[in-house]
Amino acid sequence: MAVMQDVKPEQPVQLRAIRIRRQRIVKTLVLGAVAIFLATPLLAMLLFTVRQPLSGVWGIEPWKAIFTGDGSSLGADMSALWKGLGVSLALSAVTVVLMLLLLVPTMVMAHIRNKRLERAIEWVSTLPLTIPAIVLVVGLGPMYRWMSINLLSTNPIWLCFAYVILVLPFAFRALAVGLRSIDVNTLSEAARSLGASWPKVFFKVLIPNLWQSMLSASFISVAVVLGEYTVASLLGRTNLQVALFQLGQSNAQISTAMSLLALVFATVLVVALDVIAEHMRRRQEKGQNDVIG
Amino acid sequence: MSLAERKAVAAAIDELHDGKAEQSSVTDAARAVLEDSQERGGGICMQHIDKIYPGNATKALDDFNLDVKPGEMVVLLGGSGCGKSTALRSLSGLEDIQAGRIMVGGQDVTSVPANKRNMAMVFQAYSLFPHMTAVQNVEFGLEIRGLSFKERHRIAMEKLELVGLVDQATKFTQQMSGGQQQRVALARALAISPRVLLLDEPLSALDAKVRVQLREEIRRIQVETGTTTVFVTHDQEEALSVADRIGVMNHGRIEQIDAPQTLYQRPSTEYVATFIGVTNRLPAASNGDEALVFGRCVPLIEGSARGDEVTALIRPEALTIDTSGRTSAIGEKAQVQSIHFLGSHIRVDAVLKDEVWTRANGGKPLEVTVQCSSTGAPDGLAVGGDVTIVPLPVPALAV
Amino acid sequence: MSITHTASRPSAHRSEGLKAHSTSSTLRKGIADAAISIPFFAYTACFLLVPTLIVIVGAFTSRTGGFTLNNLAKLGEANTLHSLMTSITVSAASALIGAVVGACASYALVIGAKPNGMLRRVMLAVSSVLAQFGGIMLAFAFIATIGINGVLTLALQQLFSFTVNPNWLSSIGGLITIYSYFQIPLMIVIFLPAVDSMRPQWREAVESLGGTTWHYWSRVAVPILLPRFISAFLLLFANAFSAYATAAALFAQRAILLPLMVQSAMRNEMDPNQQGFAQVLAFTMILVVALVMWLSHAVEKRAGRWQ
Repeated sequence: MAVMQDVKPEQPVQLRAIRIRRQRIVKTLVLGAVAIFLATPLLAMLLFTVRQPLSGVWGIEPWKAIFTGDGSSLGADMSALWKGLGVSLALSAVTVVLMLLLLVPTMVMAHIRNKRLERAIEWVSTLPLTIPAIVLVVGLGPMYRWMSINLLSTNPIWLCFAYVILVLPFAFRALAVGLRSIDVNTLSEAARSLGASWPKVFFKVLIPNLWQSMLSASFISVAVVLGEYTVASLLGRTNLQVALFQLGQSNAQISTAMSLLALVFATVLVVALDVIAEHMRRRQEKGQNDVIG
Repeated sequence: MSLAERKAVAAAIDELHDGKAEQSSVTDAARAVLEDSQERGGGICMQHIDKIYPGNATKALDDFNLDVKPGEMVVLLGGSGCGKSTALRSLSGLEDIQAGRIMVGGQDVTSVPANKRNMAMVFQAYSLFPHMTAVQNVEFGLEIRGLSFKERHRIAMEKLELVGLVDQATKFTQQMSGGQQQRVALARALAISPRVLLLDEPLSALDAKVRVQLREEIRRIQVETGTTTVFVTHDQEEALSVADRIGVMNHGRIEQIDAPQTLYQRPSTEYVATFIGVTNRLPAASNGDEALVFGRCVPLIEGSARGDEVTALIRPEALTIDTSGRTSAIGEKAQVQSIHFLGSHIRVDAVLKDEVWTRANGGKPLEVTVQCSSTGAPDGLAVGGDVTIVPLPVPALAV
Repeated sequence: MSITHTASRPSAHRSEGLKAHSTSSTLRKGIADAAISIPFFAYTACFLLVPTLIVIVGAFTSRTGGFTLNNLAKLGEANTLHSLMTSITVSAASALIGAVVGACASYALVIGAKPNGMLRRVMLAVSSVLAQFGGIMLAFAFIATIGINGVLTLALQQLFSFTVNPNWLSSIGGLITIYSYFQIPLMIVIFLPAVDSMRPQWREAVESLGGTTWHYWSRVAVPILLPRFISAFLLLFANAFSAYATAAALFAQRAILLPLMVQSAMRNEMDPNQQGFAQVLAFTMILVVALVMWLSHAVEKRAGRWQ
């Protein structure tokens, strides 16, 4: 064995620390480049709205126009935009309700009682990813022409039927995550053994445990509906995006400002979702710690 | 090599290390084993190691010292956060150290990167490569060393045979049970013939039965291959059953390092005494060599405290229980609270009756645990019954 | 229905009376299952299956209503083929850029960071917003940036007297850049879980077995991640291939991409020469996207073979 020696006073080589430093540099470079690429257009949008591109005059007229609802100072007619916004908001609400009614009971039931049915539902729900909106619209065209004459009206609200299909894959995924994270079988068996009827199990036990994923499915649906252009424009209905596009032909500044607002709204939705998820996670961890402690 | 033979060799190696080799009659076999294990890298010597994690005020390792002899299995035992895993990872080069020196086989490896240290590590879990079969996993280290396919396959199959998994060689590792996965990890580590084998809580993720089975197997293989091994665990039973020596860790350093039996019977600090096994804390008066416990003289371990109000740390099996009801100068009256039948022995929890003890214990009744063999249990032992507790003259530590 | 069936089996063995009871309850449960799922399947049949069938049937229907393959002939026309090629080029290029950059960003987000660190949460939230940020608004964003009066265009002109080609946005390169804007965030959202599943122990195991960083990447990290990378790339391709709105806002007149051709074909549906053309184009798109999605699934499945 080696002869004992006094420990050298200098610090040993910090191989790990060197590697971590190198990693941090690469990390900063990569994320920095991506962040710049993603931030530039957003920043440009903001600048574009406050600086008249032709005259170079700075001003907040486009924002004033949006918040006062009066675009006359810029010579823009805002009424179509408001109408489109109203239609899109109404469409979001109706689509979310329809989506939840269609998906939640079916998915819960299939999850508990029939795995094969569950796989079938998954397959159908993700199918719209394979069938682009632009393709769907080719088939929906004749259907909507027929429906608007024989059954319903040309009111854009009926777009909700198509929109439920468009949000199906996203909503399905959000709900499936929620279903997988709670032990539906044990919960429902426990409730059943305590004498609860199936409807009671569903409304009093499962829904309260699923509300987070239902919320997340709703948020993503709202985001999709508010951003939808293809179906509405090709079926000749006016929603927010169609109105934005039309306004963009006459006043690019207002429509850019409105786009930025829509983006902020979507970000708020996603951040709210993240906060809820974090909150749920914390609560779950706390619960687990309580059990251990 | 039988276990007896191996012990003889180990003893001879000890002497060699102590420099008494010239005088003693070391067998050729012992020399051969020693040379073989030194070729593999021999012993480990960690000196004055300090480790501070960035952004952390306290030292994870604080003047940590460890010597491991060639072919020895040392277990680092301690609660979570005591620095045992940090010590192992520093040894392997997976963590930087801020001060100190690490020697392996007499060679300074402090600034050698982890992949050049030739130490193989078995992790707690999830360390197998999921896209490779068991045998491909075992071959990995050999492939890096540039062995031909034939050669590395031969060695890999040999190691898989050693861990009893030849028939599972072509399975993907995620299709295997946790115990099998850890066997593959062990085979993979052994395949590169490492100078030192490092085991970082390799059994903690497994269920109890597999854990016992696998730890025996690890010990068997370690003895068979003679690989110098450091094993980290928080499970004292595991440590006691596999180690040549156990180092009990606390606050980033080793409190005591000794053979399992010594550690249990002659703990040198209160922490070690209470960490390993069950210990009664009984008030006593000590003169440094002997202590008076319940009217009985008990020999003390070196380093015990002296004074009229010390605490003697007494193992449950170093107490006897008397149900006859006779009054005598030695022993203390107690009432039985519960009786646990544990097969080979019986454990009795009792509370001392005299108010003096309760007052001395800060108002709480003083509880005593006694252990006796199931065949030697006194008649008339029952919950609620009055008994007399008498200490045996077994060396104890006073603090 | 298999679950309820097995559940009822033990009781069926016990007595005849119970057997009869359990059979009827199995049947009743089966009917209940079907009843609850009927609205879902009816709805999707109506608004997903029927439109798809209309497209497929329409692609093979002649002007007189009979079966024909003549509609397919229009696919062979030079300008259809050209837009198909442009669509594939733009989709493949933007998917490749998105996949590579997104994968690097995912990796950068994971290494040396806490699993729920702030930077990561912010990046993920921003990415999930921007991944959906297609369409009209994205077109506005890029027009505001490097359009003829865009902020970046003017800045470059004033600072470096570099003039951006005003038509660059409506070139293929411009289109690829714009598409990358939603592809990169989408890749981060898809690929982050894959990078997360990489265990730090793998790297440490490689090191302790004597391997270098190169060994880790070439023998462990890349082989494990590659299938999921490819499947993500294919998803990105399908995503770009089906995108319509952004291009529609940028190219009001020229149908240089397949989705834009579908739109103009729909507008001209009354033209007898255009009979079934929109349906044929739409059908082609279904085929391409379905093929790509199937490939993506197949690759993913292969990746899962060791699990």
